[in-house]
Amino acid sequence: MTTRELSYSQAVQEALAIALENDPRVFLMGEDIGVYGGAFQVTGDLVARFGEDRVRDTPISELGGAGVAVGAALAGARPVYEFQFSDFATLAMEQIVNQAAKLRFMLGGKVSVPVVFRMPAGSGTGAAAQHSQSLEAWFGHVPGLKVVEPSTPEDAKGMLLAAIDDPDPVLVFEHKLLYKVKGHVPEGSYHTPLNKAAVRREGKNVTMVAAGIMVPKALAAAEVLAGEGIEAEVIDLRSIRPLDMDTIIASVKKTSRLICIHEGVKSYGIGAEISARISESEAFDCLDAPIMRLGGAEVPIPYSPILEKAAVPQEDDIVAGARKLLNGGL
Amino acid sequence: MDGSDAMKTPKKPGNARPFYARHSKDELKEALRKMWLIRRFEEQAEDSYVRGLTHGTMHLSIGQEASAVGICMDLKNADYITSTHRGHGHCIGKGAEVKYMFAEFFGKEEGYCRGRGGSMHIADPATGNLGANGIVGGGLPLATGAALAIQLRKGKDVAVCFFGDGANNEGAFHESLNMAGVWKLPVIYVCENNQYGMSVSTERSTAVKNVADRAAGYGMPGVIVDGNDIAAVNEAMEAALERARNGEGPSLIECKTYRTRGHSRSDRNRYRTKEEIEEWKGKDPIPAFEAELEKYGILTKDEVEGVRAAVEAELKDAFDFAQAGTNPLVADLTRDVYTTDGAAA
Repeated sequence: MTTRELSYSQAVQEALAIALENDPRVFLMGEDIGVYGGAFQVTGDLVARFGEDRVRDTPISELGGAGVAVGAALAGARPVYEFQFSDFATLAMEQIVNQAAKLRFMLGGKVSVPVVFRMPAGSGTGAAAQHSQSLEAWFGHVPGLKVVEPSTPEDAKGMLLAAIDDPDPVLVFEHKLLYKVKGHVPEGSYHTPLNKAAVRREGKNVTMVAAGIMVPKALAAAEVLAGEGIEAEVIDLRSIRPLDMDTIIASVKKTSRLICIHEGVKSYGIGAEISARISESEAFDCLDAPIMRLGGAEVPIPYSPILEKAAVPQEDDIVAGARKLLNGGL
Repeated sequence: MDGSDAMKTPKKPGNARPFYARHSKDELKEALRKMWLIRRFEEQAEDSYVRGLTHGTMHLSIGQEASAVGICMDLKNADYITSTHRGHGHCIGKGAEVKYMFAEFFGKEEGYCRGRGGSMHIADPATGNLGANGIVGGGLPLATGAALAIQLRKGKDVAVCFFGDGANNEGAFHESLNMAGVWKLPVIYVCENNQYGMSVSTERSTAVKNVADRAAGYGMPGVIVDGNDIAAVNEAMEAALERARNGEGPSLIECKTYRTRGHSRSDRNRYRTKEEIEEWKGKDPIPAFEAELEKYGILTKDEVEGVRAAVEAELKDAFDFAQAGTNPLVADLTRDVYTTDGAAA
């Protein structure tokens, strides 16, 4: 089999094209996703291929737009709504949290809400505090939602296709700095599970559970640490809700040390949840060191590149964290 | 504020009102039956609440039955509605059975939402009812989206969105109507303007005199009708339906009406006078409809009595059915959070 490389954004676009091609119920909605091609050129020229009805520019109306997507899903369509920046989902929380997440349950299981929200997220673009957040943990708190965060082009395609075919609402967080990252992407249609973490590197000394953009950073850190004789196991979380604790627990039982790494603010974050669940699991007795969390600083994302970089975990922070953990101190 | 200036529908003599000519005797009788069913269902629901048989709260639409039935009576099951927290009338109007509604109120598995939703989320997708909604304005984008789905599949069905005057100041109202106007969606927005958003009057909350005035801002017709006159409501609905089914786009109908009960169980009626409430009780839509049915020779007094008696019998059976219903199992607590994965977290 030939190895074909695509960028993350090309992989997302390919998934959208396959879904549009294969399922007449699928359509895309969002701001400037048509002739403009999307703020990050993810939808590209899809409007030329599939027309303005199915690659639908919306007014700048996030609450209404997200809600229209939910209503269309209730009525048998398969909408994929792109938030131009995931920060703007704050304008649409009502429809995501009160409606999409709860309708199936409130109606006694008589409806499903097969809607997908695409969520370009994260810092590193100099767009400052209102265009750089990582809010996935917020949505992880809501029963009824599924929240995923693919870190590779291959998963970006496979998880989006799985999300579109899923009967329940799925939020797909795409870190904006990953859009240009290239990697192998299989041809054709395939599903990547929405509930399974992936071990990206095996190791015996410390488990690093990383989400989204933190996966390549953790892998780079692991490479540095390997030169020092520290073998890190890197787990790509992939799914925020549900959490694949089986994979994490198995790894911690092997390594006895855990670092949770995510870009979202550390307090009440993904790492807090994983840490708590390890404490509640049989892996707790295997720990040789306290659990470490590396997360976003307790600050809105700053504009200054120096400060922006300092506000989220970097490769050096991960290396330093692992060394500290291995040396028994925190 | 009495809304009388908006009640411009002329009363024509004989059977000249198109509503009576357009519908068969059976259809008109069914409309009366549903209005009585809503009224008596809500009175009994209120009674069961007072007696402690029902949990939570409920919002009664007593006095507003003409809009629920006048809007829904010509819809098919394939047409969608979205409803409001004051949604019992819409549910019955769209074809729900009261035994499953009572069962829902009593929190039973037999209820429309298997006891998971209660009064504020009552729904019946089988009859196109996508549900009451606990969020003011919550249904506006949903109905708009259902209409978009219809348009995308090139269907002839419509989506009808009931909302109250309170919702007309939510962003969801403006965003939804704008999109429907831009895309010419087959959706009919029905504002049941009962003149108070909980305690605040439309005069104090809304910068224009009529909610229908706002339709112009979204490129659709906005008509005002006497919401207590089923014929006027239905005639406006006919025009909106024709427009929607012909692909000409959305409409807004504002039904000027009044709820004679309080907002919910906590209401002490401090924001309106007894005189105002009494005045509106005098405009009760059900006796007015009965009088016209008799005047035009469509139903006899005996037939009207027969409708009422049948409603009482249906409600008694429904109440007994619901009381004998099955309580949910705690073991099933997290069922239906997801379609396939159980309560995965």
